[in-house]
Amino acid sequence: MPTFVRTDKCDGCKGQDKTACMYICPHDLMLLDKDGSMTGHAMKAFNQEPEQCWECYSCVKICPQNAIEARHYADVVPLGGSVQPLRGTDSIMWTIKFRNGNMKRFKFPIRTTAEGSINPYANKPKPEIKDVGSPVLFTEGAPYKCDRSQLLLAK
Amino acid sequence: MATEATFGNPQVVEEEVDILIIGGGMAACGCAFEMMRWVEGTGLKVKLVDKAAMDRSGAVAQGLSAINTYMGGQDPADYARMVANDLMGITRDDLAYDVGRHVDDSVHLFEEWGLPIWKQPGDEGKSLKDGGKPVRSGKWQIMINGESYKVIVAEAAKKALGMDNIQERVFIVKLVNDKNDPKRVSGAVGFSVREHKVYVYKFKACLLAAGGAVNIFRPRSVGEGTGRAWYPVWNAGSTYAMAAEAGAELTMMENRFVPARFKDGYGPVGAWFLLFKAKAVNAFGEVYMDKNKEMLKQYPPYGLAAVPASCLRNHLMMHEMKEGRGPIYMDTPTALAKLAETMTPKEIKHLEAEAWEDFLDMCIGQAGVWAGENIEPEKKPSELMPTEPYLLGSHSGCCGIWVSGPEDLGAPKEWSWGYRSMTTVKGLFTAGDGVGASGHKFSSGSHAEGRIAAKGMIKFALDNKSWKPELDTPVNELVEDIYRPVRTYLQHKDYTTAIDINPHYITPKMLQFRLQKIMDEYCAGVATWYQTNAKMLSVCEDKLEMLKEDALKMRAKDLHELLRAWENYHRVLTAEAHMKHIQFREESRYPGFYYRMDYNFIDEKNWKCFVNSTYDRKTKKWTVFKKPHVDLVSKPTAGH
Repeated sequence: MPTFVRTDKCDGCKGQDKTACMYICPHDLMLLDKDGSMTGHAMKAFNQEPEQCWECYSCVKICPQNAIEARHYADVVPLGGSVQPLRGTDSIMWTIKFRNGNMKRFKFPIRTTAEGSINPYANKPKPEIKDVGSPVLFTEGAPYKCDRSQLLLAK
Repeated sequence: MATEATFGNPQVVEEEVDILIIGGGMAACGCAFEMMRWVEGTGLKVKLVDKAAMDRSGAVAQGLSAINTYMGGQDPADYARMVANDLMGITRDDLAYDVGRHVDDSVHLFEEWGLPIWKQPGDEGKSLKDGGKPVRSGKWQIMINGESYKVIVAEAAKKALGMDNIQERVFIVKLVNDKNDPKRVSGAVGFSVREHKVYVYKFKACLLAAGGAVNIFRPRSVGEGTGRAWYPVWNAGSTYAMAAEAGAELTMMENRFVPARFKDGYGPVGAWFLLFKAKAVNAFGEVYMDKNKEMLKQYPPYGLAAVPASCLRNHLMMHEMKEGRGPIYMDTPTALAKLAETMTPKEIKHLEAEAWEDFLDMCIGQAGVWAGENIEPEKKPSELMPTEPYLLGSHSGCCGIWVSGPEDLGAPKEWSWGYRSMTTVKGLFTAGDGVGASGHKFSSGSHAEGRIAAKGMIKFALDNKSWKPELDTPVNELVEDIYRPVRTYLQHKDYTTAIDINPHYITPKMLQFRLQKIMDEYCAGVATWYQTNAKMLSVCEDKLEMLKEDALKMRAKDLHELLRAWENYHRVLTAEAHMKHIQFREESRYPGFYYRMDYNFIDEKNWKCFVNSTYDRKTKKWTVFKKPHVDLVSKPTAGH
């Protein structure tokens, strides 16, 4: 199910050099059609290679206008269903619409800390470079408890 | 001032660093996090280059619903045993063990950074590090709310590196050997997919962690559904191809993974099996794992373990399909009904949400299939299907590069000859999908393995502090090589009226189709029920030879197509390695993943060994050979 961009919602990320969807797509699929020469819709993004879309929804989740949705793979899936997220800072809401009209809604947490708040080395030990050859990682402190008698050939 | 760069006339950016990290996935993020702490004050310069954006690059881009490797007090020797059994006995215990003893620390960091990890009742709010008990979906797996798993891990890595030391949207396509030492790498070259720029990096050490290989075989869905690969479609075999060209020894490239998943969407089955206790059945409701139990006894000891090897579970499933008793179903209604007997409606609703989250966290496409087909799992079972083959070293597969292992676990010297995680090429390190002969490290283990590699790389860089890298190829030649598909296009595009049909070039898309057709039909793809023989492989070999020649005639009409051209170049080399290894190993080590019909048995006496290979980029020839295997922890044997 490749993703598609709705003409009524996409604003081309307001004329910035690159759109959020272009920035994030892991497979380089999203493209901003600046002058409309490729799609007939100037300053709107589109999925330039839909048969390479993994449906990872990275573009759907990041779009500030909620302009991106997915129409599931036409060669596989009957029409009419949809799966649409609304990703917040600490949770994600999913709306699943079945072909027969049934709906399901789910909300799941996505992280327990504020976005951008990670301070990777705060309160972490500062290792001595002379120990870089040891098998211990710098945050481990004591090595993981292993039963070395299980090792047949180790001294 | 130089003229402005244009398509076909790129600006060349040269940069020298001490350590280059190629890739931005779990292994690369782990490497960056560990490395930047150790290098404080050393003056070592580090750079990470990712062909995508780190927040959503690599195999965890979409998210995950579980962390598949967490010891939680279990002994790494048990873990190494499980890895070995699942991969039919031929793995390196040293590598698995080392991941096992370090992986929990990475998981604890993920939780600290903000990844929600499910806890058992009473332990909510108590971190794993403080003894909180996770919800296990298997002996080694724990459940998470993992939609933002990669975003979180990337945030820590990006902060550790600093944005000045990260280059996104640059695709590294070739490693360059050193002018004074052909068994050493000293550079890497690639191009921006956003600007007309070629990047040439020089370094003392580099981590090559660019994922596994997807879409080298014709997928079951060939229209829009081509993109719905089980593993991420952007994994193009770049790790294996670049390492091979640089002269690194590959290992177990005959190994592949054929996951049995929900049909078409390739959604995860683990939670259904492990958490909901669902059974896979044939069209007549028979549990084929019970019914065909005798077949497992033909493959001792691997079929006799509490959880038989993944390939053998496929083997039993395919037996039903080939005997005409398909489709195969995950019997979700029975499982949910059974759980409902002992649960309240509220608990059931919660359980249903968990089942959907399993898809929505990591395989939204499967939810789309169920929505489109009106499948409600409590009412209707869902079809299962073995997928097209995938090559990887981090999940239930073990192809990859031969690396130097830890020194303190009793490994033979051929397994541990120097800097940890270094390949047989000096200065070239790898982790995650790049490390062969291990497997089952998954997301967390790949992160830990990246961290382990970081330390080896720092040591190497410090020990070589005064050494200066010199590329064995002039920069202008490297640029011409990289931009060949662009030149080819510009030179010939006006010869015909149809841009895609031209006798002077082949589009990357058609080259990929040709590769997939060859591999599918001759190298044990789905078209032949994963069966091949020496004759078919010989045909495959000839066809790949010509394909490799034609790969130099790929065109690129824009930077996006240049990306595809180089991804497919990497796919062709990876596929060739896979074929050569299957050809060399005269047995069927992985029934259910592939069958050599001319040697349709496991030959423990002659083939319980690694198969390794090297590639010579000048002659374009492979050398394939055996490498002895030894157990470092005790294992069940066929007779016991």
